[in-house]
Amino acid sequence: MRYSGFRVIKEAFGGHKGWKPAWRDPSPQKDYDFVIIGGGGHGLATAYYLAKEFGESRIAVLEKGWIGSGNVGRNTTMIRSNYLLDGNEPFYEMSLKLWEGLEQDFNFNAMVSQRGLLNLLHSDSQVDAARRRGNAMILNGSDAELLTPEGVRKLYPFLDFENQRFPIYGGLLHRRGGTVRHDAVAWGYARGADQRGVDIIQNCEVTGFKIENGKVLGVETSRGYIGARKVGCVVAGSSSRVMQMTGMRLPIESHVLQAFVSEGLKPVLPGVITFGVGHFYATQSDKGGLVFGGDLDGYNSYAQRGNLPIVEHVAAIGASLFPALSRVRMLRSWGGIMDMSMDGSPFIDRTPIDGLYFNGGWCYGGFKATPASGMCFAHLLSTGRPHANAQAYRLDRFMSGRMIDEAGQGAQPNLH
Amino acid sequence: MIINHPLLGPRDSQEFSYLGDASLLDRPDWHDVSALQKFHDYLYLRDNPAGEHRELWYHEAGDRSWLVVTRNTLTHEISKVELAQDVADRKDHKK
Amino acid sequence: MTQLNRLNGGLISRGSPLNFTFDGKEYAGYQGDTLASALLANGVRLMGRSFKYHRPRGVIASGSEEPNALVELRTRGRQEPNTRATVTELFGGLSARSQNRFPSLKHDFMAINDRLSNFLSAGFYYKTFMWPAPLWEKLYEPIIRKAAGLGSVSLDPDPDTYEHGYLHCDLLIVGSGPAGLAAALTAARAGARVVLAEEDFEMGGRLIAESSSFVNQSGAEWVAGVLEELGALPNVRLMKRATVHGAYDHGTYGVVERVADHLAEPPAGTPRQIHWRIYARKAVLCAGATERPIAFENNDRPGIMLAGAVRAYVNRWAAAPAQTVAVFTNNDDGHRTAKDLLAKDVNVSAVIDVRHDAPDVDGAELFKGAQVVDSTGKLGLESVKLRLSNGEIRTIDCGALAVSGGWNPNVHLTCHQRGRPIWDDEIAAFVPDTKLPVGLSVAGAANGVFSTAAALKTGMKTAKKALLDLDIQAPTVALPEAEDSAMNLKPFWFVKEGRGRAWLDYQNDVTVKDVRLAHQEGYKSPEHLKRYTTLGMATDQGKTANVLGLAVMSEMTGASIPETGTTIFRPPYTPIALGTLAGSTTGRHLAPTRKTPSHVWAQELGAEFVEAGNWLRARWFKKPGEKTWQETVNREVTTVRSRVGLCDVSTLGKIDVQGTDAAEFLNKVYANAFAKLPVGKTRYGLMLREDGIVYDDGTAARLAEDHFVVTTTTANAVLVYRNMEFARQCLWPELDVQLISTTEAWAQYAVAGPRSRDLLRKIVDAEFDISNEAFPFMACGEITVCGGFKARLFRISFSGELAYEIAVPRRYGDALIRALMAAGEEFGVAPYGTEALDVLRIEKGHAIGNELNGTTTALNLGLGKMVNRKKDCIGQVLSTREELADPEGLRLVGFKPVNRTDKIVGGAHLMNKDEPTDIKNDQGYITSAGFSATLGHSIAIGFLKNGSGRIGELVRAVNPLQESEIEVEVVSAHFVDPEGDRLRA
Repeated sequence: MRYSGFRVIKEAFGGHKGWKPAWRDPSPQKDYDFVIIGGGGHGLATAYYLAKEFGESRIAVLEKGWIGSGNVGRNTTMIRSNYLLDGNEPFYEMSLKLWEGLEQDFNFNAMVSQRGLLNLLHSDSQVDAARRRGNAMILNGSDAELLTPEGVRKLYPFLDFENQRFPIYGGLLHRRGGTVRHDAVAWGYARGADQRGVDIIQNCEVTGFKIENGKVLGVETSRGYIGARKVGCVVAGSSSRVMQMTGMRLPIESHVLQAFVSEGLKPVLPGVITFGVGHFYATQSDKGGLVFGGDLDGYNSYAQRGNLPIVEHVAAIGASLFPALSRVRMLRSWGGIMDMSMDGSPFIDRTPIDGLYFNGGWCYGGFKATPASGMCFAHLLSTGRPHANAQAYRLDRFMSGRMIDEAGQGAQPNLH
Repeated sequence: MIINHPLLGPRDSQEFSYLGDASLLDRPDWHDVSALQKFHDYLYLRDNPAGEHRELWYHEAGDRSWLVVTRNTLTHEISKVELAQDVADRKDHKK
Repeated sequence: MTQLNRLNGGLISRGSPLNFTFDGKEYAGYQGDTLASALLANGVRLMGRSFKYHRPRGVIASGSEEPNALVELRTRGRQEPNTRATVTELFGGLSARSQNRFPSLKHDFMAINDRLSNFLSAGFYYKTFMWPAPLWEKLYEPIIRKAAGLGSVSLDPDPDTYEHGYLHCDLLIVGSGPAGLAAALTAARAGARVVLAEEDFEMGGRLIAESSSFVNQSGAEWVAGVLEELGALPNVRLMKRATVHGAYDHGTYGVVERVADHLAEPPAGTPRQIHWRIYARKAVLCAGATERPIAFENNDRPGIMLAGAVRAYVNRWAAAPAQTVAVFTNNDDGHRTAKDLLAKDVNVSAVIDVRHDAPDVDGAELFKGAQVVDSTGKLGLESVKLRLSNGEIRTIDCGALAVSGGWNPNVHLTCHQRGRPIWDDEIAAFVPDTKLPVGLSVAGAANGVFSTAAALKTGMKTAKKALLDLDIQAPTVALPEAEDSAMNLKPFWFVKEGRGRAWLDYQNDVTVKDVRLAHQEGYKSPEHLKRYTTLGMATDQGKTANVLGLAVMSEMTGASIPETGTTIFRPPYTPIALGTLAGSTTGRHLAPTRKTPSHVWAQELGAEFVEAGNWLRARWFKKPGEKTWQETVNREVTTVRSRVGLCDVSTLGKIDVQGTDAAEFLNKVYANAFAKLPVGKTRYGLMLREDGIVYDDGTAARLAEDHFVVTTTTANAVLVYRNMEFARQCLWPELDVQLISTTEAWAQYAVAGPRSRDLLRKIVDAEFDISNEAFPFMACGEITVCGGFKARLFRISFSGELAYEIAVPRRYGDALIRALMAAGEEFGVAPYGTEALDVLRIEKGHAIGNELNGTTTALNLGLGKMVNRKKDCIGQVLSTREELADPEGLRLVGFKPVNRTDKIVGGAHLMNKDEPTDIKNDQGYITSAGFSATLGHSIAIGFLKNGSGRIGELVRAVNPLQESEIEVEVVSAHFVDPEGDRLRA
């Protein structure tokens, strides 16, 4: 079934009786060619592209809860291609280009909204660093503009310029950056994959791997054993937990990141804005809620909740940038498990176990990467070779010293 | 969170900085024939359990002690707090 | 002004009448009213419009769960959108406006959406607006954004202040209803430190809303007595207007106290709100329960309210929702409402009870086994349509309908640490899990215990048990004889009859039909349901809607409600203003401001300051007549190169290292060797991270065999100290070494330039020989200055000139800089700021943060040989990794523009001359650039692939970001005095 305005009108006259389930609810088969562990954005995108772009079939996505229940279901919805390093920027630019045609591609309105992303700059050296990054973005085919304080003021006239502890020297504007309705990404990929024959199996937790002679043969699940020619593990915050069942240790720590949404307001923030001295980012959803977040709580956690110090700190930055929003009320907060890697960059790689592939370490940048991550992981799973734009995302890069450290913080996951 | 400092009693975790897995106390021997591999594993492959975790905290806004805190990463419950120096002292250290 | 629906009695102060406006119209109410109760008393039922269909809406609740009656309160910088009329205390001059409507609440153009509702079904927007693609951002989205949202902000800055507070107690009691007060009495009499927090502006909870809680006295009377006793006790803190919004780790609770929201504006010196962190050894949740509606067709008309809320308005606020009220219920609670209305002489036109065995009612017509199937009324309820048990249809006139579908315990805080409520068949509701946040227990209605007597009893027992865990023996409190009736509830969620819409989530316009559609389309998990339909996502977070939605879904799936699932609640319990969470550390106070001891001196000289982390440093010292900052900086640079300059370097990190193993310790934390550094000498030190990347640099001066003074960069002072403590305590605890940060203890000044020794000779006491022979380059020592004042002198140079750094205890800093200035006058001394400092170091090719950017190695910096391979030190082993040891890798070099008038900019990328500008041909980047006053043109340093082998080559510095590109010559990074003769002079 194809979604369209015409269809909506037709169904409205027919009492909405014709709408079909967005995806089937199949029972697992005995074996598959491809088993994707993890029904989050990345897992569903992988399955979608495996079927659509690589013509693969006999694909299953195994999800321990409900699809989209991980970080694709709780994030601050931002998309951007504004990276500095060679290992990253071509990948994220590919991702942004995929976002730009995604809705027509999978026939689901995910409300991709390229409303612009502005990084505020607070010193001369930040301006220099932003210039280096902006140039890298442009050289990689992305877009960037360096704004003067006046340019910033034009976009955000109610930013407090007078009373800032850290004056605003300008901003780096990435016009093609923006936001996407996050849940819709999971649903759009799920529906698209399902229509191409992928079995999406919810409430199916992987409890073990069957590995013989260094080759993976299948997975044990809460719904029985499922054989597989190739297994792709893409479980974000649960990466260490799941891969531990294969005996692998990963250069990943799991951390909690909190995010916040305010009560609905008439439009006030035109785009995405970030603060430059300490973490803070904010945007406004189409529904009207301000969506904002900041730094990790900073300690290893699988608890999916955080504590007050970060809540208060994020609010303090928000109220400092926008004294006019000080009376706006925070409605809901949540915490997700971030798969923080040792250099702040992800992995899309084969593992030492034949047939077992790993995708993870997205830190808190996984959402924007969803399409490219799915495409590149599908490429790797189908062809056995890394995609050109993801070849730096190797698990062994720390042994060779090829870190991709955008923040320059070294092996300290909570600082990336 | 509240960390029960062995010398100073209960303190808000906001007074501390977090480093990570307490295995960072076990720095390899630089003379080892496979020192490179061992340092790689030491620095990059840390414990990341969903459950009890021994980890290093630094009392930055306090007495500047490094602590080894045993904390459950699923519940945040803290079951043990030791001075890291005491833990390190117990190890067989090479000069 | 007549208050049409004002009744007798109530807890309002009739002696204190108040005037207020709603949508510009004037009304009167009383002290003790809420905005909602006052509007009801004035006969106003229409208070808002719904989010999606812009349906006319009135108040349904009497507390913070209200989804409908949201207003914009106050004006200008104090404008508060989405404010619940039900929790807004009335004050004189209050001004409120309805929101999300145009042009007026009564005539809202957007109500067209209601006519189009069939096209705006759940999730319709996911299925359309995709073609043509560019129209989403240009047309559809702007329209949707404008239509969405609720209230608006004024864009004026908030003039009020906020504070953070911290409290510690033995027992925190959340809620002051019967359970909370019984718990408080118990704990208070035991002498425990008690905090009783109540979100309302009056203590008492349902006790002040009900007419017959006790056998021998009114609820309000008993509450007053208890409060009198508690208020007199020093170990009890009563906090009203205080919402406990979150249960955080280890007994930490977040609490918002609304200090001044009940006033037109906060009195001078008073914050509007305080965000408390309460550290409670134990806590009891006595947060009561929230009534839920029953869904039926058109159940959202203004006048259709929750039955318990109707009782609260009638009993506490003496406000009738209408002249004629009907009741629709599935339990005995509805009957209580009828009784209370009748007692106040309000006409009750019918009691409609879905139970065939409903008890009788005196004074109103009772319809047993009947259901309300529809309602009429344009901007307010006029009548309801019933289907009687015999199938007959009957219409009943009423201006209000009091609906009771049962009560949901307020389990919110019990979910904040991922606890999942469990289903209780008896009351057909979720009750708290047994796995609660550590230290928290639950009593009264929040635990599913609904009668007053039982709430009192469990409140006392729960408090006693909690205190026993703290070894506090609490006495048994004599409790008054109280109402102890059962609810006799028959689970009944929604009326299945009718083809129209029956609302579940009022604010977000989610109806039974939407849940059906979600089920049909496969969005069956409660989270999918919620996200697809937006059920429970409004400002009330589904307090009245969530369980109802689950019940409808369970009907579709055929599974029970607990099998269908539950959604857990996340903090905060009710929305909190950003400013409250922020507290007072905003604006200029976002971070501390650190000033050096000579800040005032620099100010006197007209210095402009610049942020360096939290420090303020003098950027330059402009002299009269200088037109541009560049002119000033050029003069400062030239002064240093030709005469002598003074620069405040007190912000550098300073660490005192003492102990018999001090040298051995430095050998471990620095990449280069320190063991053999003689006393009286300073050495440049390069510090790596364990991953082999350069972390920081500085100097270490050996003042004695067992005493070093280490400096760090300003930015890394705290971090380097932290890492050194880590090395000392965790890696090499066997070394005899002690560390202390002395950054703030010493004021330190660079004295730089060919006349620096001449200047210092006038300051340094005569017994100290600072001649080049006695005190050569890199010498250090403890000296006295100005006739016996202790100081430290280091002959180190960042500028490349003959230079010193002199340090004195911070209290002498201001005096010293003034003495240095006076002494230097004859040599033409001038102070210089960070800009000149930067130019001077670029001219010498010295790296700072721009170069030590966390990804560069010693090899990249041209300092590869400094990493001593013959000893163990942090970072040594991993710095040998293949990529880090790449002989063809990036190297720090200098650049001069081929056309000397061109300006090189930091952040430009480097491209070969004959290759196209493409990321594949990227050769490196410029890290620092500036105008060299010494050379008379722009210079820069930066990283170039294999740079040290390419001196003399021409490359392009491209800056497509600003559409510029220039040709530059690769040169040594040491632009000035590459041999270092000057600094040894």
